[in-house]
Amino acid sequence: MFDARAIRRDFPILERRVNGRPLVYLDNAATTQKPQAVIDALVRYYTTMNANIHRGIHTLAIEATEAYEAVRAKTAGFIGAEGYGAIVFTRNATESINLVARAWGEANLRPGDEVVLTVMEHHSNIVPWQLVARRTGAVLRYIDIDGEGRLRLDHARELIGPRTKLVTLVHASNVVGTINPVAEIAEMAHRVGALVMVDGAQSVPHMPVDVRALGCDFLAFSAHKMLGPTGVGVLWAAPGLLESMDPFLGGGEMISVVRPEESTWAEVPHKFEAGTPNIADVIAFGAALDYLAALGMAAVRTHEIELTALALERLSRLPGLTIFGPRDPEARGGVVSFAIEGVHPHDVATIADSFGVAIRAGHHCAQILTRRLGQSATSRASFYVYNVPEEIEALAEALEHVLEVFRRGDSRAAVR
Amino acid sequence: MAIPEPQFDELYRDLILQHYQHPRNRGHLPNAALRAEGANPVCGDEVAIELEMNNGSIVRAAFEGQGCAISQASASMLTETVAGKTVAEARSLARAFERMIVGGETPAPELGDLEAFQGVAKFPARVKCALLSWKVLERALDGAG
Repeated sequence: MFDARAIRRDFPILERRVNGRPLVYLDNAATTQKPQAVIDALVRYYTTMNANIHRGIHTLAIEATEAYEAVRAKTAGFIGAEGYGAIVFTRNATESINLVARAWGEANLRPGDEVVLTVMEHHSNIVPWQLVARRTGAVLRYIDIDGEGRLRLDHARELIGPRTKLVTLVHASNVVGTINPVAEIAEMAHRVGALVMVDGAQSVPHMPVDVRALGCDFLAFSAHKMLGPTGVGVLWAAPGLLESMDPFLGGGEMISVVRPEESTWAEVPHKFEAGTPNIADVIAFGAALDYLAALGMAAVRTHEIELTALALERLSRLPGLTIFGPRDPEARGGVVSFAIEGVHPHDVATIADSFGVAIRAGHHCAQILTRRLGQSATSRASFYVYNVPEEIEALAEALEHVLEVFRRGDSRAAVR
Repeated sequence: MAIPEPQFDELYRDLILQHYQHPRNRGHLPNAALRAEGANPVCGDEVAIELEMNNGSIVRAAFEGQGCAISQASASMLTETVAGKTVAEARSLARAFERMIVGGETPAPELGDLEAFQGVAKFPARVKCALLSWKVLERALDGAG
C-alpha cells in the first residue's frame, strides 16, 4: 500500500532542516530527491564493480556491462517498450531532444517543411528545433492553449497538415501541469505522415506511461526527475528509426570498423552512445526504477492527484492569488504554478525559503508559455512520492506571511 | 529546540517595500543625456536608467523596469540618491553599495538610506537583484567620458 510517510524514511535529505525548520521540498519538477537505495547503488558500483563497459574481457568489465545493459532493459519495461524500439542513454532529456533534432531533423527537414510544437514547451523542446530550422529552412508552428492552459485541439488540427514533418510536444507541462492528449495528436500527425516526439520529463516520473498507448515515435525523459542521479537522460525511439539515422556524436563505443577515410557504425543503440557513458549513474538509475516500480506508478499518480487537489483548494483560498492551468486535478500533473498580485515570484520564493519551504520562481525555462499567461515569472510548487498534506499547509502558511509582509508595506506606505 | 523566527524581515525592510510599491522617479526624462539598461537573465529583472546631466553632475535620474521588490526598490532609491551628485560621487556610491551587499561591510555614511539594503548580504540569491540598477548606472556613467 502507498504510504508517503513510510516513503519519507527512505530519503535521508528529508531529515534536513533549512533555516531552522524541517525542509519542505516542493521543487520536484526541477529535480527530485534520491532514496537511500539509489545512493547505495552508486556507492556499491564504485566500491565493487567499477570498470569500463562493452570492450572489456575481465570480470569487472563483464559485470559492469551486464549491470548497465540490465538498466536499459528495465527502462524499456518501465515505458512499455520491452522488445519494441530502442533505448539510448544520454546526459538528460535536453540531450535526447537535441539528438533527434540533429540526427533526424538535419537529415530529413527541407526548406518549407514544418515542425509543429506547442506554446507550453520547455526551452529544451524549442531551442534545438530553432537551431535545426535555421540550418534547414524548416518552419516552426506553435499550437496555442485555451484559458485553462489546455492545448487547443482545433488549432492543432489547423496547424498539422501536409507540410508537417514532425510534431513535438510536452506530455505534462512543467508550468501549468496540463497533461496533453498525446495519442490524439499523434493520430493527427501520423495521418499526414509526420513523426511524433514527446517530451516526457514531467510525465514518465509521475504516471504510468506506455509508448504504444501514446503512439509516439520518440520519447525523451531524465533520470534525475524520477529519483535517479543527475547526468542520465533517456531517448526511446520506435523500431527502425534509429537504424535509419546517422550518428549524433562520433567516437569510441559507437563504431564497428574505423578506417582512415570512413567508418562503419555499431548497432543501435550503441551507435548513439559515443564515448564512455555515465555507467555509474545509469546503474543507480536502475535502483530508482526498481523503487518506483515497487510503489506502482498508478499509486504514484493517485497520490499526486490527491496532493494537487488539496493544493488547488487550499491555495485558492488565499486572497490575490491566481492559479494557472486546468482546474480539474485529474487533468494535470502535480505541478501548481501561481501568481500573487503585487508580489514578484522571487520575493515569494525567498520568504517561503525562510520557512524551509523550497519552491521555484521564474519562467521555468518556458518563456513563451509564461508570456502567454501574461506574466514575466510565476511561482511553482511541485509534488512527488514523499510529499504529505502537512507540507501543503506549510506552503500555504508561508504564503500567508508573504501576503502579510506586502500588505504591511502597502499600509505603511499609505500613511506616509 | 526552539524554532528560530524567519529572517526575511531583514530583507524586506519597510523602506524597501515602500519604494517597491510606490516607486519614485519612474518614467522618462525628456532631456536625458545618458541612458543604459540591463537585465538579470536568470530571474528576468529589468532596469533602464536615464540621467539628465549638467556640467559633470547628475541633475535628475529616472528609471523604468520590472522585477522583484529588491531590484525595483533599489532602482527607485538609486534615482533619489544620485540626483545632485557628480559622476565621481555617483561611482563612489555604487562601489560603497556593492561593498555593503557583496562584502557585508558596515554601510558607509555616504549611503544614507541605502543602508536599508544591508540585509541583502545574507541572501546570496538576491544580491544580483539589488546590484542590477547600480551596474546599469555605472554603464550609463561610462557615457559621460
